[in-house]
Amino acid sequence: MSRISLTKSKYNLHNQYKAIVIGGSAGSFQVISKILQHLPEDFQVPIVMCLHRLKDVRNGFVEALNIKSNKIIEEPLDKEQVRKGKIYLAPANYHLGFELGNTFTLSTEEMFNNSRPAIDITFLTAAYVFRNKLIGILLSGANRDGALGMKRISEKGGITIVQEPSECLIDTMPAAALKETEIDYVLTTDEIIEFLHQLHYHYV
Amino acid sequence: MKLAKQFFEFRKKPCIFIQIFGISTQKTMLQEEIEISELRLITDLIKQKYNYDFSNYAMSSFKRRVARVLELYKMDSVNTLLRRLDIDAKFFKEFLAEITVNVTEMFRDPTCWVELRNQIIPNIRQNNQKFSIWHAGCSSGEEVYSMAILLEEMGILDDVRIVATDIDHVILDKAREARYHIKNMEINKKNYNSFGGKFSLEKYYKEENGKAVMDKNLVRNVEYKEHNLVTGSTFAKFDLILCRNVMIYFNQTLQNQVLKLFHESLHRYAYLVIGSKESLIWCELANKFIVVNNEEKIYKKIRD
Repeated sequence: MSRISLTKSKYNLHNQYKAIVIGGSAGSFQVISKILQHLPEDFQVPIVMCLHRLKDVRNGFVEALNIKSNKIIEEPLDKEQVRKGKIYLAPANYHLGFELGNTFTLSTEEMFNNSRPAIDITFLTAAYVFRNKLIGILLSGANRDGALGMKRISEKGGITIVQEPSECLIDTMPAAALKETEIDYVLTTDEIIEFLHQLHYHYV
Repeated sequence: MKLAKQFFEFRKKPCIFIQIFGISTQKTMLQEEIEISELRLITDLIKQKYNYDFSNYAMSSFKRRVARVLELYKMDSVNTLLRRLDIDAKFFKEFLAEITVNVTEMFRDPTCWVELRNQIIPNIRQNNQKFSIWHAGCSSGEEVYSMAILLEEMGILDDVRIVATDIDHVILDKAREARYHIKNMEINKKNYNSFGGKFSLEKYYKEENGKAVMDKNLVRNVEYKEHNLVTGSTFAKFDLILCRNVMIYFNQTLQNQVLKLFHESLHRYAYLVIGSKESLIWCELANKFIVVNNEEKIYKKIRD
């Protein structure tokens, strides 16, 4: 497995990022929860999460994430504008993507990678719209969803981060991304939190 | 963690569709980036040649649908697709069937159907014993059957005239046939039970060769017809229009236009139901409607 060595506090960040997209599946709930819990209250860059979830359970997930989060998490509506300082979660049974003009777009298309929402759709459309002003983070999970998306983010010049596989409950997802493309940073949950704090310094 | 278990799906099995049909549309279809200029060439050709207008479809999903067609028909480029569309009218019909999204369920979002049964339809009934419903973009017809079952269980099926329309006549034939994969009935049954149906969903279909064959008697008052929301016009006035998860495939310009069509097709104080994650707030005619139920996205026309 290819591994990029981590040099702390040398991320070479700036304050032009338009969005952070986070993908996760089995074993990522605790990680996401912790990240949200430690996020600065005035964090600026919009965060958009695509997490595999039950298709027929529409309510409860966003509420569960909100319990521990410093910031309110919302499920975006179709055509809603992506706004600074907001945190979004892909709704159940819809794919969540982006359109030029920085709006959300939803779809009920067939499942991808056996998933709806599929991380690849969120990541690929994000890479198309935000290009090099995008950060992609892929967490623990039991399938290959997100690997193609990470590749595209990387091709467009965005930053790619995967959760340290040895820390993942199930490492199939980050491992697939590492195999598919060169990943900028392989980080533990605590390091991801630190990364986001360092990013935050560029915006205050 | 209980919460995590409750909300996450743990998937390990490969996609059944791929296993059966051997089509791996998933990987390659997303790898190539199709340019907007190429999409424009496709929509221009279709408009000119077949009089279907996709130019105001939402770009991101339309692009994926085109990529999907390239993959399904093993075409190496958009140019190949353009040539085929130009010379092969029969292929265009297949293209139309593939480009439109036909993923649907019976009683999708059961809470919406509960609201229809407990609030909306009784409200309509207060003023009109007999009334009419339009399913705009009915796809393979699951929603039409959901409505028919709901009305049947309320004992008012024969008081209601239903029109079900779709842009694609191939899918309309499927809606008329109403033979659904038995494996799809699992989620349909689950939804029906969450909706609180009076019986068991099995009451309404017979199993035949792995298909659930719906009881046609339920749709005795349903008229299926081809209608294009983009180029079509008003053909009747309704007390209730359902158009759920259809307008998400349109851009704002087209949404405005289609809402205008719905506005003209609704009686005053009649209802419009859209998908649970859609909204009319960005539409030009939004002020002609009020929100009756924001969670289920049920609107009422209040101004002509």
